[in-house]
Amino acid sequence: MSTAKRLRKEKIAKWIMRLSVLVISSSLLLIIGTVLCKGLPYLSWEMISQSPKGGFYIGKEGGVLNAIAGSLYLATASTILATCIGVPIAIYLHVYTRPTSLLKRFSKFLFDVLFGMPSIVYGAIAFSIMIWLGIRASLLGGIITVTLLTLPIVVRTISELLHTVPSDLQQITTSLGATKLEVAKILVLYIKPGLFTATLLAFGRAVGDVAGVLLTTGFTDNMPLYIDEPAATLPLAIFFQLTSPIPEVQGRAYASGLLLTLIILIVVICTNLLASKQKKHKL
Amino acid sequence: MYKSIGVEAEKTQTINTQLPAHIEVKDLNLWLDNKHILKNINVSIPKHSIISIIGPSGCGKSTLLKTLNRLLDDSAVIQLEGSVLVAGEDIYAKDAEVTTIRKRMGLLSQRPFPLPMSIFDNVAYGPKIHGERNKKILEQIVHEQLVNVGLWNEVKDRLHSSASLLSIGQQQRLCLARGLAVKPEIILGDESTSALDPISTQTIENLLISLKDDYTIVLVTHILRQARRVSDYILFLYDGEVIEFGKTEDILLNPKQELTQKYVKGFIS
Ligand SMILES: Nc1ncnc2c1ncn2[C@@H]1O[C@H](COP(=O)(O)OP(=O)(O)OP(=O)(O)O)[C@@H](O)[C@H]1O
Ligand SMILES: [Mg+2]
Repeated sequence: MSTAKRLRKEKIAKWIMRLSVLVISSSLLLIIGTVLCKGLPYLSWEMISQSPKGGFYIGKEGGVLNAIAGSLYLATASTILATCIGVPIAIYLHVYTRPTSLLKRFSKFLFDVLFGMPSIVYGAIAFSIMIWLGIRASLLGGIITVTLLTLPIVVRTISELLHTVPSDLQQITTSLGATKLEVAKILVLYIKPGLFTATLLAFGRAVGDVAGVLLTTGFTDNMPLYIDEPAATLPLAIFFQLTSPIPEVQGRAYASGLLLTLIILIVVICTNLLASKQKKHKL
Repeated sequence: MYKSIGVEAEKTQTINTQLPAHIEVKDLNLWLDNKHILKNINVSIPKHSIISIIGPSGCGKSTLLKTLNRLLDDSAVIQLEGSVLVAGEDIYAKDAEVTTIRKRMGLLSQRPFPLPMSIFDNVAYGPKIHGERNKKILEQIVHEQLVNVGLWNEVKDRLHSSASLLSIGQQQRLCLARGLAVKPEIILGDESTSALDPISTQTIENLLISLKDDYTIVLVTHILRQARRVSDYILFLYDGEVIEFGKTEDILLNPKQELTQKYVKGFIS
């Protein structure tokens, strides 16, 4: 291939990439801009500090505090649970099983499938189990469903992270006479900054999920006070407000969307701060 | 093609040494993924000496080294016959406790690999996992081992900063200190100087020679000159077989086997 041709290829490739970046960043700006424009005028202290008045937002009054609280409870609890269950699973598969182990290969396949499964399927399965057990839609039901939903994300992200750890580290630690558990601790220490990313991804999915909570958590205008009672969540609140014919209520939907975006923004910033603090011993 | 040489060589492998054997490998055969990697290895390594394992790439040097501290236990599919005795104890015996066995041998790998923690914690890690909790004693061990590897003066003011900030040569000495901190009897080194500059290489070589009084040292190396500089004995491995094992000068100057001659003179590599 001539040099001129190679350079031309390079140029074309560069422009395709630039175009992709442009398309993505402008659509992102468009989304954020829309939410800001439509939501900001309706965002008020009342929105954040009160529960809705007049069933399912039809009253145009009050706020979405119940949904904010519900979403935070749900996402925080299920992220913590998914991390607590997911980390041991990933560690077990990486440290305790041989590369040829059937269990390892099957689990990898399983988590790949679960990872891609839509959340309405989780919701439907959890819902039918809840009916069978005679449990009604509740915060607890939602937490369990969303935990199951986010578990594959945690397991997969951490498995990928563990694969990036050079095998030397495991070998060195082992050669010092460490047990597998002690090796696992060193591995976790090594991937700690990435651990925050894994939890962040899980939280993002948990806080934004609609289909999984629709059937299992239900909805209410009240503050979520008990774990065995239905709870409101922000995505569902947005959905209900958006389907209302009243323009003010629709505007409040965008304001709620803005709040949800803000929550995610705060979580991202916090995670990055925490992760950068952890980086000091990374190689 | 070299089978015949290998069989012939077996008779010459037991060498007369005044020192008692520290590591004895007996009729060792090893298969990885059903591939016969180590064939009929019989070696007896004298106490408090340095032996270098030399041989062409892929002949099984690293594998042999790893069988000495059971580092292959968790790798793919391993099948092992024969025995490895350390101070008379079979480390592959059913009731052998693997973490204790590994504690008896410090491994110095090809690339320095500090644990993701501070310089102090790197050295203190081994003693800590083996149950040492006393802070005073840990400080003492860290000091002793860092002095031992000649790193103390360079790092004494930043013991609690990250180990990864050290230079590569310093990192390798830190790794040696970390290995020594668990009080092993044996040091295993797998091309431990291949990532280092000439000065750091010399430092490590001199360190190993000075450690010989207290440890038995098994090194894998590609560099014949290094084998000559540091080792008392040389083991020449070819395609998983021990071709020749003997005193350094014998192997390098008057090898008995034709294959060793060829390798030493650089005809095969
Ligand atoms: N897990 C494994 N499964 C199958 N074969 C393996 C495995 N690990 C190593 N081998 C093979 O074993 C042989 C010996 O490998 P080893 O790493 O011991 O060689 P070496 O002498 O250390 O080479 P080098 O000087 O290049 O480091 C090689 O042919 C390698 O391909
Ligand atoms: Mg090797």
